Amino acid sequence: MATLFGVPLQALSGQLLLGLINGSFYAILSLGLAVIFGLLNIINFAHGAQYMMGAFVAWMLLNYAGVGYWPALLIAPVFVGLSGVLLERVLIARLYKLDHLYGLLLTFGVALIVQGLFRNHFGASGLPYAIPAELSGGHRLPFMFLPTYRGWVVVASLAVCLATWLAIEKTKLGAYLRAATENPALVQAFGVNVPLLLTLTYGFGVALAGFAGVLAAPVLSVNPNMGADIIIVVFAVVVIGGMGSILGAIVTGFGLGVVEGLVKVFYPEGSATVIFVIMALVLLVKPAGLFGRTA
Amino acid sequence: MVDIASGSAAPARIPATGGASRDAAALHRAIFIGLAALLVVAPFALYPVFLMKVMCFALFAVAFNLLLGYGGLLSFGHAAYFGMASYAAAYAAKVWGFTPELAILLGTFVGGLLGLVFGALAIRRQGIYFSMITLALAQMAFFFCLQAPFTGGEDGIQGVPRGKLFGLIDLSDDRALYVFVAIVFLGALALVYRIIHSPFGQALKAIRDNEPRAISLGYRASQYKLAVFVLSASLAGLAGATKAFVFQLATLTDVHWSMSGEVVLMTLVGGMGTIFGPLVGALVTVTMQNYLAQFGAWVTIIQGVVFVVCVLLFRQGVVGLIAKFIRKPL
Amino acid sequence: MISKARLLAGAAMLGLAAQDAPAAAQVSGDTIKIGLITDMSGMYADADGSGGAEAVRMAIEDFGGEVAGNKIEFVVADHQNKADIGAARVREWIDRDGVDMVIAGPNSSVGLAVAKIAADKKKPFIAIGSTSSRLTNEECTPFTIHYAYDTVSLSKGTGAAVVADGGKSWFFLTADYVFGASIEKDTRAVIAAKGGTVAGSIKHPLGASDFSSFLLQAQGSGADVLALANAGADTINAIKAADEFGVGQSMKLVAMNMYLTDVHALGLQVAKGLYMTDGWYWDLNDETRAWGKKFFDRTNKMPTLLQVADYSAVRTYLEAVKATGADDGETIVARMKATPVNDVFVKDGVIRPDGRMVHDMYLMQVKTPEESKYPWDYYKLVKVIPGEDAATSKAESRCTLWTNATQ
Repeated sequence: MATLFGVPLQALSGQLLLGLINGSFYAILSLGLAVIFGLLNIINFAHGAQYMMGAFVAWMLLNYAGVGYWPALLIAPVFVGLSGVLLERVLIARLYKLDHLYGLLLTFGVALIVQGLFRNHFGASGLPYAIPAELSGGHRLPFMFLPTYRGWVVVASLAVCLATWLAIEKTKLGAYLRAATENPALVQAFGVNVPLLLTLTYGFGVALAGFAGVLAAPVLSVNPNMGADIIIVVFAVVVIGGMGSILGAIVTGFGLGVVEGLVKVFYPEGSATVIFVIMALVLLVKPAGLFGRTA
Repeated sequence: MVDIASGSAAPARIPATGGASRDAAALHRAIFIGLAALLVVAPFALYPVFLMKVMCFALFAVAFNLLLGYGGLLSFGHAAYFGMASYAAAYAAKVWGFTPELAILLGTFVGGLLGLVFGALAIRRQGIYFSMITLALAQMAFFFCLQAPFTGGEDGIQGVPRGKLFGLIDLSDDRALYVFVAIVFLGALALVYRIIHSPFGQALKAIRDNEPRAISLGYRASQYKLAVFVLSASLAGLAGATKAFVFQLATLTDVHWSMSGEVVLMTLVGGMGTIFGPLVGALVTVTMQNYLAQFGAWVTIIQGVVFVVCVLLFRQGVVGLIAKFIRKPL
Repeated sequence: MISKARLLAGAAMLGLAAQDAPAAAQVSGDTIKIGLITDMSGMYADADGSGGAEAVRMAIEDFGGEVAGNKIEFVVADHQNKADIGAARVREWIDRDGVDMVIAGPNSSVGLAVAKIAADKKKPFIAIGSTSSRLTNEECTPFTIHYAYDTVSLSKGTGAAVVADGGKSWFFLTADYVFGASIEKDTRAVIAAKGGTVAGSIKHPLGASDFSSFLLQAQGSGADVLALANAGADTINAIKAADEFGVGQSMKLVAMNMYLTDVHALGLQVAKGLYMTDGWYWDLNDETRAWGKKFFDRTNKMPTLLQVADYSAVRTYLEAVKATGADDGETIVARMKATPVNDVFVKDGVIRPDGRMVHDMYLMQVKTPEESKYPWDYYKLVKVIPGEDAATSKAESRCTLWTNATQ
């Protein structure tokens, strides 16, 4: 059997695919952060908590209302997005005139509150959420056994990422958004309701996090801390990609997932830190990030 | 230029010259003396170990505030310097048999060294990016501590001997240790006060307020930023190393990102860019942690609420508000 | 300014020295005060937490709130999984509040820190949820009693029982920190002694949300047994992924450290077939069922090993107080070590000179959804692991209290 550095190529292709699956989560989350940052200029520290909310809303829909996975995939992000809209209107909107770092601090506080509330109510050891029947089981590929659900995660997230990219780059609303990112005052002068645009953008970014949460619910432990650590990794992803472009966030997310997957084969102990190491290297070579516009 | 202190903490600025400055200096001297007097009587009313903890965290917050309030740089990874120094000091004292003062010096040095490496990377970006980079680098330090065998993983380094200061004074007595911690604390506070009011501190504030202008005046902004970063990390290390002796342990808590969040909270509550704010912030936060302990997860929720309220309503913090009221910098 | 401060601080020392006798000498009066320090909000809050506090209250109620003419008081605090908070709180309890006995829930770093303080102050300390075997090994003290289980009981017990049950070839998925490493090391020794082999191992970082890649490597090893030497969310995520990738079809899955509440969190559909070692189960016999129901009525959850151990430990302590009429650490601990424990938690449990309570452990297998007949019907008993097999032997012990003892 062909090998690469002592690892069979077959196993390697399996690991690459798995890396791509994990990259899907990084991609959706960093995409949400990038969309929010692009227009609102704040780093949404609550993103991890909102991702967790997505998973919990899906669980609550199933257990309290009997609503299954497929409707939840739509309803939960809407719920989380609405909570984001509320958050933006009530709290974040008061900070636009201040330094951007206050946005970071505020959303950090919100993250603590949300995580604490969920922990108080649901405990910390997590809740079960089953894989929907249609997607259980798997396919035996030439090089690995691929659970259907994992395949679905890649397809769904690619589709959502692509749709987001198209919406921002090719639609009229997207054009307003891009224009408002460049020069909000001018866009406002043209009669576009910029505050509304800000609110909707935040809601949309947050809904993306909620969507990632629903996707993760069947495969990861649904617990209040699930977003706390991943958000730091996603921050590093965002620094590496640079938040200049939507496409950059998507490509970096998937790419780093793959890199992490490879590290899991060759040096498993380092898989938690590899993204941070890459971040340090990128900062040395290209401080603005791989897709960043300026330093 | 992204600059956090320029927004609303402005009243807390220290005027450079004139009678007001002499006034303020006299006031500050009075506060220092009052603080020292308070430290003398406090152990009669409050539990000494609790007070030592407050002092360690106050020192940590002062170090952090040096970077945020005067350097305009929001680090979200200060736990790395605090915690690594704590491990270094604890290990040196327990395994190599270092005396407390040497172990604490080593811890301070480790904090500073780490600050030099991380700082050099982080100052390549500004504003929000800077915060995210410091956070990510600190997370890397956390994983290092988690996996490295000498830190003892989740057990931590336990039973650190308090030892004899200079080989003479036995610190295992809480009272002796209290005096030692109080001296370290007041000394470091006085040092920070000197730094802020030195030409270096003035240049720092100039860079914070308008970096391009400071650069055009001939200041090498990035060198100043790196210097203040290293200073801040060293002092955070001093706080962490001292804490290792107070509790006789060093654990993962000290390097976890939530510790970085806590120090931000302390500074925010007390008032960033003020000299005495971080002290008040540390007192409030540590008290909250200690006395809300029976309410479980509510500690996190309340901390979150305090964050939100501070950002929305009290951006100057407690001390900043007082300073505004009495129209003098504190 | 500094010199002034120094002067004043010097005065502080004098002032302090003039204070009255140290608070530690305070007599506890006519109350017996028990302090429970545990995780009320973090990842172990479900396994112990407020349920543990309720269990302690149940033990106190058994005594009618009174022992040897003394009122029993109970305090509880959340250590937030921070050793410094736990240590400071316990110090304050003993110094200021006159707490006579401290009992600690999960988290080894807190347990080890508290053990030192209790020993300094000569108060009995009962560790329930700390897994570190250091508590009764190199860091044993005359006042520490390790009551429920430790890494040795998890590894030795499980290792021996699973090999005996036919699992000869092992693969480890180990959390990359001290806990994981010590479990793996101890289990490897037992496997080798019992004639099994280890096909390989992977160290994964703590909190690695995705385990699929590690599982794929484990599956490729061809081993019969996949041992999860990790805890909490890591174990749960690994089991979920193992279910998805069908690892259970070719390998026996063994969780080295899991609580009943974790199985509850996973759901039987995912957890079915899993092997694990537990020190107690509510559905073992009529006595355990009766107590479990009583606990359930108060908390709406079935008790875990930790919670029943909280209950039993407090009872054992109060029995000792009742028998001796004393509340000083030496007398109480001596009495506890001399008296076998017999209650709903253990039968003929013995507290050894090193402080370790030796009692039987159980190798359990998680039931399938079809086998489960009623709520919380999760385990079937595979094998009783005798207490001696699940504890450090005297030859292995590094506790000088024990190795230097004559007997």
